[in-house]
Amino acid sequence: METIVSIRPLLAVLVTLIGSLFIIFTGERNRNLREFWTILASIIKFSIVLSMVPFILDGKTLEFTIISLAPGVSLQFRVDQFGMFFGILASALWIATSVYSIGYVRGLNEHAQTRYFFNFALCLSATMGIAFAGNLLTLFIFYEILTVATYPLVVHKETEDAIMGGRKYLAYTLIAGVVILFAIIFIYTLTGSLDFKPGGFLSGHGSPAALIFLFSILILGFGVKAALMPMHEWLPTAMVAPTPVSALLHAVAVVKAGVFGCLRIILYVFGPALLHELDLWIILAYFAAFTVIVSGMYALAQDNLKRRLAFSTINNLSIIVMGAALLTPSAITGSIFHIGSHGFMKITLFFVAGAIYVKTHKENISELDGLGRQMPLTFGAFAVCAMGVAGTPPVCGFISKWYLALGALEAKEVVFLFVLLISAMMDIAYFFPIIYNAFFKIPEEAINPHFDEAPMRMVVPLMITAIISLILGIFPNAFFNFFNIASMAAGKILGGM
Amino acid sequence: MIPQSPVLVVVIPLIFAFLNLLFGWFRRGLCYPITLVAISLSFLASLHTLHIVITTGTIHYYLGGWKPPWGIEYVVDYLNAFVLVIVSFVSLMVAIYSKRSVEQELPEKIVFFYCLFLLQVTGFLGIVITGDLFNLYVFLEIASLAGYALIAVGEDGAPFASFNYVIFGTIGACFYLLGVGYLYIVTGSLNIADLSQILPNLYHSKVVLVAFAFFLVGVSIKMALFPLHVWLPDAYTYAPSTVSALLAPLMTKVGAYVMIRVMFTVFAPYFSIELIPVTTILGWMAAAAILFGAILALAQIDLKRMLAYILVSEVGYITLGVGLANRNGLTGAILHILNDAFMMLALFLVVGAIMYRYGKREISQLRYLHRKMPFTMAVFVIAALSVIGIPPTCGFFSKWYLILGAIDANKWIFVAVLLVSSLLNVILFFRCIENAYLEPMAEHSSVGSELAITREESPLSMLIPILIVGAGIMSLGVLSGKIISTIIQFALPAGF
Amino acid sequence: MIGKRNLVKKIIGMNLFQTAIILFFVSIAAKKGGTLPIIEHGHGHGAHAIEATAYINPLPHVLMLTAIVVMVSTLGVALAIVIAIYRRHNTLEEDEILRQQK
Repeated sequence: METIVSIRPLLAVLVTLIGSLFIIFTGERNRNLREFWTILASIIKFSIVLSMVPFILDGKTLEFTIISLAPGVSLQFRVDQFGMFFGILASALWIATSVYSIGYVRGLNEHAQTRYFFNFALCLSATMGIAFAGNLLTLFIFYEILTVATYPLVVHKETEDAIMGGRKYLAYTLIAGVVILFAIIFIYTLTGSLDFKPGGFLSGHGSPAALIFLFSILILGFGVKAALMPMHEWLPTAMVAPTPVSALLHAVAVVKAGVFGCLRIILYVFGPALLHELDLWIILAYFAAFTVIVSGMYALAQDNLKRRLAFSTINNLSIIVMGAALLTPSAITGSIFHIGSHGFMKITLFFVAGAIYVKTHKENISELDGLGRQMPLTFGAFAVCAMGVAGTPPVCGFISKWYLALGALEAKEVVFLFVLLISAMMDIAYFFPIIYNAFFKIPEEAINPHFDEAPMRMVVPLMITAIISLILGIFPNAFFNFFNIASMAAGKILGGM
Repeated sequence: MIPQSPVLVVVIPLIFAFLNLLFGWFRRGLCYPITLVAISLSFLASLHTLHIVITTGTIHYYLGGWKPPWGIEYVVDYLNAFVLVIVSFVSLMVAIYSKRSVEQELPEKIVFFYCLFLLQVTGFLGIVITGDLFNLYVFLEIASLAGYALIAVGEDGAPFASFNYVIFGTIGACFYLLGVGYLYIVTGSLNIADLSQILPNLYHSKVVLVAFAFFLVGVSIKMALFPLHVWLPDAYTYAPSTVSALLAPLMTKVGAYVMIRVMFTVFAPYFSIELIPVTTILGWMAAAAILFGAILALAQIDLKRMLAYILVSEVGYITLGVGLANRNGLTGAILHILNDAFMMLALFLVVGAIMYRYGKREISQLRYLHRKMPFTMAVFVIAALSVIGIPPTCGFFSKWYLILGAIDANKWIFVAVLLVSSLLNVILFFRCIENAYLEPMAEHSSVGSELAITREESPLSMLIPILIVGAGIMSLGVLSGKIISTIIQFALPAGF
Repeated sequence: MIGKRNLVKKIIGMNLFQTAIILFFVSIAAKKGGTLPIIEHGHGHGAHAIEATAYINPLPHVLMLTAIVVMVSTLGVALAIVIAIYRRHNTLEEDEILRQQK
């Protein structure tokens, strides 16, 4: 495995950091200029990330050490396949979300816009840092920065509910942070190093009891951000945030960072060999499966669109963890790919929710009757992605679910295949009525039956992400070999190189 | 050529204190610049000293050319030099900051204020740099007396708070003096280096044990270690803003430095850890301080008082590091001396700025401050994050080492204490941050209107130090590794 | 210092404490049969070679000179503060002051 020293990961993180400074200094004086910085930073960031792809595809890793923090541990970036995957996802989706945010924020004439964009940029820097972190400490540092940077976004509306939601969010995430910190230090005392290695680096260090304890608290800690039950409570409450925030952060950045962390723990710290030895994989798989089923049931009970989407997110995140826990090539590939495919699909769904709100100020599913006629593009995109989440071809969700199902069979645990099937059925059960009502039901109030969409700046991004979901479903390797990167990651992990 | 900077560090503020008095008589306006010049020079001298120590090793400076053990010696090793730079830097920041605040709070007493300010700084610097126990006492008293006076000119309950401090502080200093006396009886020497040679033969002696006890109690009082901290909250709450900003970060840290010196340089580590398990006791008191400070801070309405209790908690962190008595623990303790000085300085500077602009310091009155003083509040947030221990601020790194030290020593309960205290700090600070940043919906109409609140940022002379310290907190965090490998590693007393 | 409620009594206590320490140090210096540490007949010709052990130890005395100065200054500062307290609270009893502050 060749390692190249390159400053690109650092640049990727810094771009939005510098961008955020430009944003805050431009402020309200010149809104267009401020928005320009956001878009510019996102495009530059995406380009930098892309420039690293050829290396990754060749099987190399890019490394950059900033400074040593303690003997054996430094602030270090190392871009491997898995990190690259997440990096591409986050930076690509950010471009879409930036455009969408601008539309949303102006459509509602929101307050404190500068603060919003400033924090948004910071969150992306933190997410890049998480994606490219080369060891547990660097990951933790950026993880905590992400928590702090997302708080102002969650409480943006500054209502009673928002403040309460923010407090809950902080309580959950900071306590989780403390738990993770403890585990990290413990690992440091056991091994003297915190670098990620495909296939894990913990075997042979520490007693089984200590390792089991560590694994449990690490999963619990990262599980908070990943919204594994029972640590999921903050996510539906955080839906008080403006929709782009929910879209990006809670469909892509924060929760995916949590899942990313979980997978790093499972695959790069503990590793398949160790987890098989300790029989922890099957326990984790069942734990995640539990969340999959229960969250699906909760989703069915929700009337608020965003809350239903929130529970669907929880559902999908646990599917990712469950897949990773199965530890077979297809399962891991499917799990990693699902991080991406779910990201694209879910963000579209949240974008739709936001577009509906901006256009009609409606938040509940029961109010959406007939809107499909008025906003066909929006609801069309919704239909496509909802089908994808349920796992219907030709949307990309099908690919990930296919591999996950294969993985369950490879692991010889048919139970999980059933779990996937049940969850798919539940997905259909809670998405289909929305689509049906929107297009086929006659509404009670009169609505405009003609084409009257939300502002273009919102509709265009959501169309794009929906189309991407479609393309990825048909050509998983479109866009820079997206799928290949995932499977290479899986290969490396299991090959234990 | 013997480098003169060690002595210059102390002598310059001393001389300038009197120059201040002299010139201030004629022109009040001269005091501020004179003070600034004095402390800047002192700061430069301390940097120079640190540089010399790094390049050539420990400096031995004999006052008046009299060799020890007859003369007074200034010994500057890594630990000293490090603390010296911290003290002079903090003093410099406060000095720059002091102009507006002092003008507003103490207009008639400017001359005396600056004179005492310089004497106070002299005292601190002297304590840190000297290698002679009695000389330390002298500087300790200089610092304390200046402190008593500076605190007493504050508002409301300041004289009474200062009086309590006088009583407590004098008891502490006298205990220290008793300790020195007892040691002198049995060894005939007052020089720290000398004592460390002579004492090992005398460890069985009761007199030495008693001396050790007196030292520790005396220093603990000065350091405000739980449960001897009771003078601190009142004293630092009622003191003028500048005084709190100067004393809070420094007095306790200098006290901690003295404790480390006594425990590990005068008396060998073996004595302090195994012969008398003082470190174990200290560890427990420190843990109590951490929790007690944090919990009491929660109960406060006054922002400054809350900070005073957090200070008590921070002293606990440093003492815990000492009490763990292993490499990681002490690294954490010494690193925390640096980090805590910066954090406390930032917090008190911010509170002082708020007082200056608005004359109020209750937490509930922090509304809208993020609009009025955005930069100041930004530094407040950074300092808060550092106290909580969120990377990449510096507070995270000292906690890292402390936790490592606790695990090394197998004291899991201390690990729990450290982690729980972080959470307590979260609650503490988010109360303030919520108040300052978020405006309740009821007070402004629906989405879309921006309240017309004008920007009334702190004046430049206050803002610049605040910003520098804020930037410091962030950069010191990332540079922790470097700091440890260049300085702290060597500052650890021999035997770790 | 702790037991009495009146501020002036506290100061007196503090003073006693410090004086005691000073005496303690001075007492260390004394030696049986020792004499004052002054060289007879001044310096220059006529000065005898000194026999160090015949003199009592002068160092603690010197140290105590410093300590006495410290003690006096502390006393001064404490009294000044007490005057300020009196001006503000019109009493020198601790209980009264605490009650006024509530």
